[in-house]
Amino acid sequence: MKNVSRTLIYLWHYWPTALGTIVSLLLVTVANLLTPQLLRLLIDDGIERLNLDIVYWVAAALVGVAVIRGVFNFLQGYLSEITSQGVAYDLRNSIFEKLQTLSFSYHDHAQTGKLMTRMTSDVELVRMFVGNGLLQLISALVMVVGAIVIMFLMNWLLALIILALIPMILVILFLFVSRVMPVSQKVQKELGALNTILQENLAGMRVVKAFAREVYELERYERKNEDLLDINLDLVGIFSKYFPFLFFVANLGTVAVVWVGGLQVIGLQLSVGELVAFTGYLGFLLMPMFMIGMIGSMFSRAEASAHRLFEVVDAESDVLNKQDAIVLSEVKGEVEFKNVSFRYIGAESNVLSEVSFTASPGQTVAVLGKTGSGKSTIINLIPRFYDVTEGQVLIDGHDVRDVLIDSLRSHIGIVLQETTLFSGSIRENIAYGKPDAEFEEIVAAAKAAQAHEFIVALPDGYETLVGERGVGLSGGQKQRIAIARALLVNPKILILDDSTSSVDAETEYKIQQALDLLMENRTSFVIAQRVSTVRDADLILLIDDQKLVGQGTHGELIQTSELYTEILATQFGDRSELVSVVEEEMKI
Amino acid sequence: MRHGMQSIAQTPDERAKDQTKVISRLIKYLQPYWLAVLGAFMLVIVNAAMQALGPMLIGRAIDQFISVGDRVGLAYTMLALILVYLTSMLSMRYQILLMSKASQNVLRDLRMQIMEHIERLSIQYLEGSEAGDLMSRLVNDIDAINSFLSQGLSQSLGALFSLIGIVIAMFLMQWQLAIAALLIVPFMILMTRQFAIMARRAFRRTRSTIGDVSADLQEELGGVKVAQAFNREDLNIRRFAERNAANRDANVSANAVTSAFAPAMDVLSTLDTAIVAGLGGYLAVMGIVSVGTVVAFLQYVQNFFRPIQTVSQIWTLAQSAFAAAERVFELIDTQPDIVDLPDAIEIFEIEGKVVFDQVSFGYDEERPVLHGITFTVEPGETKAIVGPTGAGKSTLVSLILRFYNVTDGKIEIDDLDVKAIKQRSLRSKMSIVLQEPFLFSGTVLENICYGKLDASDEEIEQAAKIANAHDFILNLPDGYNTQVGERGGMLSQGQRQLISIARAVLANPRILILDEATASVDTRTEVLIQRALNRLLEGRTSFVIAHRLSTVRNADEVIVLDGGHIVEQGMHNELMARDGLYADLYRRQFFDPQDETTGAASIPVN
Repeated sequence: MKNVSRTLIYLWHYWPTALGTIVSLLLVTVANLLTPQLLRLLIDDGIERLNLDIVYWVAAALVGVAVIRGVFNFLQGYLSEITSQGVAYDLRNSIFEKLQTLSFSYHDHAQTGKLMTRMTSDVELVRMFVGNGLLQLISALVMVVGAIVIMFLMNWLLALIILALIPMILVILFLFVSRVMPVSQKVQKELGALNTILQENLAGMRVVKAFAREVYELERYERKNEDLLDINLDLVGIFSKYFPFLFFVANLGTVAVVWVGGLQVIGLQLSVGELVAFTGYLGFLLMPMFMIGMIGSMFSRAEASAHRLFEVVDAESDVLNKQDAIVLSEVKGEVEFKNVSFRYIGAESNVLSEVSFTASPGQTVAVLGKTGSGKSTIINLIPRFYDVTEGQVLIDGHDVRDVLIDSLRSHIGIVLQETTLFSGSIRENIAYGKPDAEFEEIVAAAKAAQAHEFIVALPDGYETLVGERGVGLSGGQKQRIAIARALLVNPKILILDDSTSSVDAETEYKIQQALDLLMENRTSFVIAQRVSTVRDADLILLIDDQKLVGQGTHGELIQTSELYTEILATQFGDRSELVSVVEEEMKI
Repeated sequence: MRHGMQSIAQTPDERAKDQTKVISRLIKYLQPYWLAVLGAFMLVIVNAAMQALGPMLIGRAIDQFISVGDRVGLAYTMLALILVYLTSMLSMRYQILLMSKASQNVLRDLRMQIMEHIERLSIQYLEGSEAGDLMSRLVNDIDAINSFLSQGLSQSLGALFSLIGIVIAMFLMQWQLAIAALLIVPFMILMTRQFAIMARRAFRRTRSTIGDVSADLQEELGGVKVAQAFNREDLNIRRFAERNAANRDANVSANAVTSAFAPAMDVLSTLDTAIVAGLGGYLAVMGIVSVGTVVAFLQYVQNFFRPIQTVSQIWTLAQSAFAAAERVFELIDTQPDIVDLPDAIEIFEIEGKVVFDQVSFGYDEERPVLHGITFTVEPGETKAIVGPTGAGKSTLVSLILRFYNVTDGKIEIDDLDVKAIKQRSLRSKMSIVLQEPFLFSGTVLENICYGKLDASDEEIEQAAKIANAHDFILNLPDGYNTQVGERGGMLSQGQRQLISIARAVLANPRILILDEATASVDTRTEVLIQRALNRLLEGRTSFVIAHRLSTVRNADEVIVLDGGHIVEQGMHNELMARDGLYADLYRRQFFDPQDETTGAASIPVN
């Protein structure tokens, strides 16, 4: 209830259309309630009294009712759509905005699939419930109450009989909904499981065939298929039991009205016209009650959806600008860590403890360590993707928490191994960090990143669309675009992963050339995957067990640190082995 | 009503090319369940008759008993009415049951047939662009057929018959009034069709705008870290708001159409009530018809509207189901292009000798990928395959498994042409470890067992140990019984690779095909994978698409592919000495020119 009522705030933004919807709904309801009275008039005063004027007058009035109903029915549908789409629009925007600004701590744990569901089906459910359901509910209630009141005014005995039916229908509806919901959820689950097998078989066809497992897969599929059949038939069973019964009960109401009403007509307590009008009102009861049942069953789901939505909206970003944060304009590129410790929010132990070092402008810093030693944490603290738990990260002497986040990050360029490109043209992707860049600048960046050549060979050159709906680029090509993207921003500080994903030798060579160029004249932090990077680095940070266990140049560390030689041997085994092999061969 | 319109609108803009053929073929699927279908059909008619009978009895009660004060007659009529409603309930109930039983069984059969057929089709077909489209739509297509068969069929029949029942009843009661009341029907049908067309057009736009919104979302959620790194948040928020607004506006304007539909139909139906009231009233005043007849007609008129709408909704549902069925049948009708010859044999114990004899192959005839490939691998040897991207390495190894048929030449296993061997028998002697490991949803255990379904627990554990997977598996929440998720999504890439190696170990093949993984795994895992692979290679005839120095050096022979030709062949040292493509690839891949300054040696790099 708490969350759904909170969505009413969004409804409040659209109060004119919401109000219009309600007024239209009420007018439609009144027009509906009027129809049986017109039919009563027709029969009692027109036909029975042989008064043709009244017959024609009723017919004309019915046309009038038709028009009113038409106009306001349309208005309520249209206005409620404007309202509900507006609510959905606001909800989506506020969630998207929040997601864009939440820090890495949040996104580390968030799953894209789940967030997508929130933005699509949860929003849709809340929209349907708040924008349509609630408003319809009001009109349904008015309809039911109005019909009952009119019936009591006309004839209390018949009204009582009908009133007795309402709880029966509600009980049946309730039983139906509570039985059908779990089964239909199960149907969805079974269907999902079955489709998963099918899709896996298509995607993993090579594995299936290579292991000659066709029969096994068929059997697996058949079992699930039979399960689905059984549960589907269960669902049908429930439907066939309740639905016809529900209509039967409603029809019994008609029988009761005609029978008891008929006896009253015979006893002259009721006119034929009133009897007909009564059966008309009976028809008005069933639909609204269906609707109330449906909206009621929607309620708990809408509440759950709204809860999930507000969970995102309410999430607090832990990385925020200070009130008096300043703009970090020109930087030289000095980076200093002062006794930095870091712990993920809610975690018990540090990921990084008391790390201190200083990188001078223009230096290349290689970060070295075993997997999970905290290498990536160090580089994530520089652009303030996370805030330090203790200590300080300083850029040109400014604590990163004292400057505006935007201005801080505008001086830092990042190239990571897993390259994310966005759908759009290659040009747009290179200009990602500088959307107003001149085309010449973009080409220059692409050339420097060794990407120009393959880009112009593509069908539409720089305008070639990439991403989900565009052409597929190879891993190496994507990486070079990412390098161009970072180059264009022309950052003073650079963070990169110098590994090359599975690409052929020639591409790898080109990428490495591009990376070397990128590092020139910038303070660069490299998660090193190449021996050469480590050897050439001005400063090597050796991380082990959350601590900075050594720093210095290759020459220094190789003499002082056993761990350093060990890591070199295990991580660069293949390559150093090769170096020695080739050296031997050349000597011969 | 709103939902009704949406379902009209959500049909794709497509029709089956040959609708009658598709329908008659769908009917064939119903044949095994003809008894249920026939029963349902009869019950539909019973139900429709009952629905027409109801208002008739009420009209009769008013005219013949209530007006003349016959309480007994009224009681009998009311009992008859209860009987009618009871019959209606029962026939409806069993009609739903019977029809659903038939249609759900048909769906089960159809699904099974599709799956069986897919398992028979060749990789070449399934991975081709023509099939790709078919496959990506398959799940949706089956769903479309499902929703038509399970909801549409019995509902539309019911609606159609109740409409017919109403019309018959009206004509039986009073033909002039019936004609007057029916005047409105053509307008209703026309209007429904017109609205359906307009709605479809309107919702086509909403489909694409919501598509834009979710595509944008998907991407931005995946790339949110990059966005923050490049300070793009504000721009992204603005851009999203634009797409979001476009979607909102498209929906609102689409709903302007659909919001008009129900009221318009309502107007027509109320107009019809006015006609019956006016004309019926006139006729009643003139003494031509009774009050009861007018009352019955008023009820009939109000019941018109629903069946017409149901039929039109389901008609559009049917259209997309037929189009879907046509695609599904197209798939079922595709002849598998790699089939066992009638006299294909089973092979049992094999040595593992593999011979390529002048093998050429192309995915289509104009563009050959491999040209005259000839080599021999003796049992137990390891053959490394190297070459630039697009040289044909993956194609070459796929041919050994007979995923494709060679265009020219032949491939022999133990001196037997692979075409003479039953596919399943052939492949059961081989295993493959792909660069992108593929796991199936299920447990770790099931995935390892994939290579040998009847393996004992000890064997499985042994295989996992050899594959260096045992330790991490034990650390998973449920150990070997941990669910790996769809396509193994709950595990990391490296873990998936280790499990896929365990799978191959357990299968214990004579011939092993390996696409060496260099994908993004951390260094420790990479070492684990490497060691596991080395153990796996021992004592088997192996083909390795090599990315690693150690693999190439350990191989008995290296094949260098370029542009579909074998350009060099030999041992590592021989090839280095030759200083050709191999040596060139080699230096660039593994040796960095920057090392010149620190290394003792200097090698010219071109």
